[in-house]
Amino acid sequence: MTKERLKNQFFNVVKNPFNMIVFFSLIILFCLIVIPLLQMIASTFTAAKSEIRRIGGQPGDFTLYYWRYILLSNMAESTLWEPLKNSLIVGLFTVLVSVPLGSVLGWLIVRSDIPGKKLLGMLVVIPYMIPSWCKALSWLAVFRNERSGALGFLAGLGMRIPDWLAYGPIAIVLCMSLHYYAFSYINVSSALRSINSELEEMGEICGATKPQILKSITLPLVLPSILSSVIMTLSKSIGTYGVAANLGNRIGYYTLATKMKVFISDGPRNVGYAMSLVLIALAALIIFSNQRIIGVRKSYATIGGKGGRSTEMKLGKAKKPLMAFLVLFLVLAMVMPMFVLVMETFQITTGNGYGPNNLTLYNWIGTVDQAQKYTSYPGIFQNSEFGRSLWNTVRLTFIASIVTALCGQFLGYISTRGRGKWYGSLTEQLVFIPYLMSGVAFSTMYFAMFSRPHLGGLIPSLYGTFTLIVLTSVVKHFPFASRSGTANMMQISTELEEAATINGASFWQRMRRIVLPLAKNGFVSGFMLTFISIAKELDLIIIMMDKKTQTMSYLAFTYSQEGYNQMADAISVCVLFFILVCYIVANRFGADIGKSW
Amino acid sequence: MSRIELKNINKYYGDNHVLKDLTLTIEDGDFMTLLGPSGCGKTTTLRVISGLERPQGGVMLIDGKEAINAEKAFYLEPSKRGLNLVFQSYALWPHMTVFENIAFGLKIQKLPKAETEKRVRDALRMMRIDEYEKRYPNELSGGQQQRVAIARAVASNPRLLLLDEPLSNLDARLRIDMRSELLRLHRDLGTTIIYVTHDQVEALTMSTRIALFKAGELSQVSTPVELYMNPVDLQAADFIGNPRINFLEGRAQTEADGLRVFSPLGEHLFPKKDMTEEPIPKGEFPVVVAVRPEQIRIETRETPGCLPVTVYANQPAGSETLVSLQAGKSDFLAKQLGLVHYQINQQLYVHIPPEKINIYCAETTRLIKRARADDESLPA
Repeated sequence: MTKERLKNQFFNVVKNPFNMIVFFSLIILFCLIVIPLLQMIASTFTAAKSEIRRIGGQPGDFTLYYWRYILLSNMAESTLWEPLKNSLIVGLFTVLVSVPLGSVLGWLIVRSDIPGKKLLGMLVVIPYMIPSWCKALSWLAVFRNERSGALGFLAGLGMRIPDWLAYGPIAIVLCMSLHYYAFSYINVSSALRSINSELEEMGEICGATKPQILKSITLPLVLPSILSSVIMTLSKSIGTYGVAANLGNRIGYYTLATKMKVFISDGPRNVGYAMSLVLIALAALIIFSNQRIIGVRKSYATIGGKGGRSTEMKLGKAKKPLMAFLVLFLVLAMVMPMFVLVMETFQITTGNGYGPNNLTLYNWIGTVDQAQKYTSYPGIFQNSEFGRSLWNTVRLTFIASIVTALCGQFLGYISTRGRGKWYGSLTEQLVFIPYLMSGVAFSTMYFAMFSRPHLGGLIPSLYGTFTLIVLTSVVKHFPFASRSGTANMMQISTELEEAATINGASFWQRMRRIVLPLAKNGFVSGFMLTFISIAKELDLIIIMMDKKTQTMSYLAFTYSQEGYNQMADAISVCVLFFILVCYIVANRFGADIGKSW
Repeated sequence: MSRIELKNINKYYGDNHVLKDLTLTIEDGDFMTLLGPSGCGKTTTLRVISGLERPQGGVMLIDGKEAINAEKAFYLEPSKRGLNLVFQSYALWPHMTVFENIAFGLKIQKLPKAETEKRVRDALRMMRIDEYEKRYPNELSGGQQQRVAIARAVASNPRLLLLDEPLSNLDARLRIDMRSELLRLHRDLGTTIIYVTHDQVEALTMSTRIALFKAGELSQVSTPVELYMNPVDLQAADFIGNPRINFLEGRAQTEADGLRVFSPLGEHLFPKKDMTEEPIPKGEFPVVVAVRPEQIRIETRETPGCLPVTVYANQPAGSETLVSLQAGKSDFLAKQLGLVHYQINQQLYVHIPPEKINIYCAETTRLIKRARADDESLPA
């Protein structure tokens, strides 16, 4: 009897293809996420060849040298504590600016009677479409001063731009705020949409004034989503590289992310790894404390079965000033940077005005012999480097986003069908880990893991290969791709599959004829969102790039670091164009940009 | 055309013991309703029978052949059990037309095309939805979707048809229409049907037998008439019947020629032949007297053996009138056919036929005296 039972049990598990899929997915997730993390942790305790003279012993020996270096040595102040302080300050102020900004925007667009809502609703997310490093470049285009040789727009008008405005923390905070406001905007506006306006109307009937209603009814209801935006903004801004590097490095202002990159490029590399572990720990701490604090009261059941009607709140006299505020926001966050950025690409000398004698098409289509100033680069459309980076960008975004979106649907299927079972929650937790890591930290980890062969050459060294960049992009985007996959799969009720089972369909028949056709639309929008997100990416892949594998983002970044501002701008404009086209296409497919982080 | 035997089925979700040693036989050709409040395990039972859930313990036989043997970890695949299921949500595939939905299972079985088409058309005709075959589910009303779901289930000629609260998403009128459709379907197909519902009216009107669930266990399996007339315990009595049955406290004593009961309704001696086999305490013991509202006859003039009462409230509702009455300190509800207007506090007299009264032991909550079912038909 027991023998038969064991036999049956074994076949029950093995014969079900779903079990096998879960099994292999878990193994793959383990290899792609858990092992690299452990490996990186291990390497911070292992003596590397390059430091062997200082540490003594053999390469590969256990050592506390690297941790002592960043925590206790006389270098600790400049290596860890100063950048950590800078990161926290920048993160904190970014939260202070971006969360109120995003929340007010969300409220205005969803709840008030501001005119032209539909258009405004679309325009308000466009600044988020602009990659944050692009914003940094346009900030420089406006505020650059004589320190970097080429004048910016304002300095060109004869204004004296002090260093503290052009570079450093203020510039970084403002640039990031004009990017991460989107988190609060999207969170708060979707929370507001789900609140039944009868709750507010009841307040009005009880005789409360509008500010009273806002303060004691609306605000408490959206507070959970505001808090979670605070957490997201904080953890993201602490780990952001591109903005901090563009605006801070020139004056020696380093954050954890930028300092880490210095160590990873110039060594000792293991110090960089240790720092990235600090970053991961910090992000994990922030996110888990968030779950502790607001996890319990995360959602008021605001979506009742009845009356989802939403009435708008009359702004009355405040309408005009608020309109002005919105227009100002759009001008500052979108129109002006874009205008200056685009115009700078046509200038011979930046900051020299837009007179006909200062305009040129050289940066776009010029060849080296036409150059009016000393430069070794032809205009970007004449430059084979640009062509290659464009090709790399397209190739990377296409391959990575297709793979990511597919995996996302797959993981989503496993976690929805395994909801409440051990493998479902394990999948969800594993997939969530990359979310804790800032882009630079994550790619550092992969860089460490795959820069040498494993399993006796079964996994070859991927150092400097395009494959590694694709792999990194794919795994880093797992959390959000699987979230969109989960949302998609949730819509396909299990009963639809069960009905097919009853009718005799096997697992693969069910997949092919029921799940896939129904998941199609969700797949397309998940794909488009990943696509945009990867196209924008700089932080994640900057560590791995070289001349052969570089994307447009990376090329713009290097040009900017080398002082070729106009060409960096021209490439940014191309990236922007690329992303905006994708955004419009994605919108056509009904993709919700609110899910794209 | 299938006989189902469930023996000692045990099902757990984690620590939650959902089905507790369930044993139930469904005879060939039965229209068996699994009835009970939500969360009592009736849908789980249905899913165990269908094969979508695997119980941790027990045996299930279909026509004498083993379909589940938990001890051997043997579970026959759903598609090999010769059954089909209509889901509460209908579970129509939104990307297929009505025709494709119904044909799906037949195509999977690799039936010849002509045969498939004929079977689909038969099912469409039987459910009177021929004209919608090219439509998609979201282009149909709830009632039409319901018909498609049933057509899909019957197209495969199942020997056993499972229905999971199929009418709960329909409005009241459609529900009555669909009830008669289902009754006809059962007669025409001759299939064994297992029907899950929490709606007692559905259960009472359609079933040949009803299995009443209580927290993962069966409390009573009987015909609808028997379930209505003689619920086995106070909980079942309270659950069945709308308006609710009246409970009045009383005391009882066993005597040589039967059971003597004192209650606000007066003194009764119930003959021995109406007694159940439940054990009865010795001496005088507390009982609960249960009377269906429609069994209470209201008179305006005093007659022999009647009980004087006063009107507490009067609720005329067209086809019937509910009257709340008070006798001493006890309240109870009477139901009268047609429109009647009584004044509040009006003095009335009620007559309650003793053979229609149920007596429950207050301590064990079990039925100790049965009501006699004459040839009365069931109240609606």
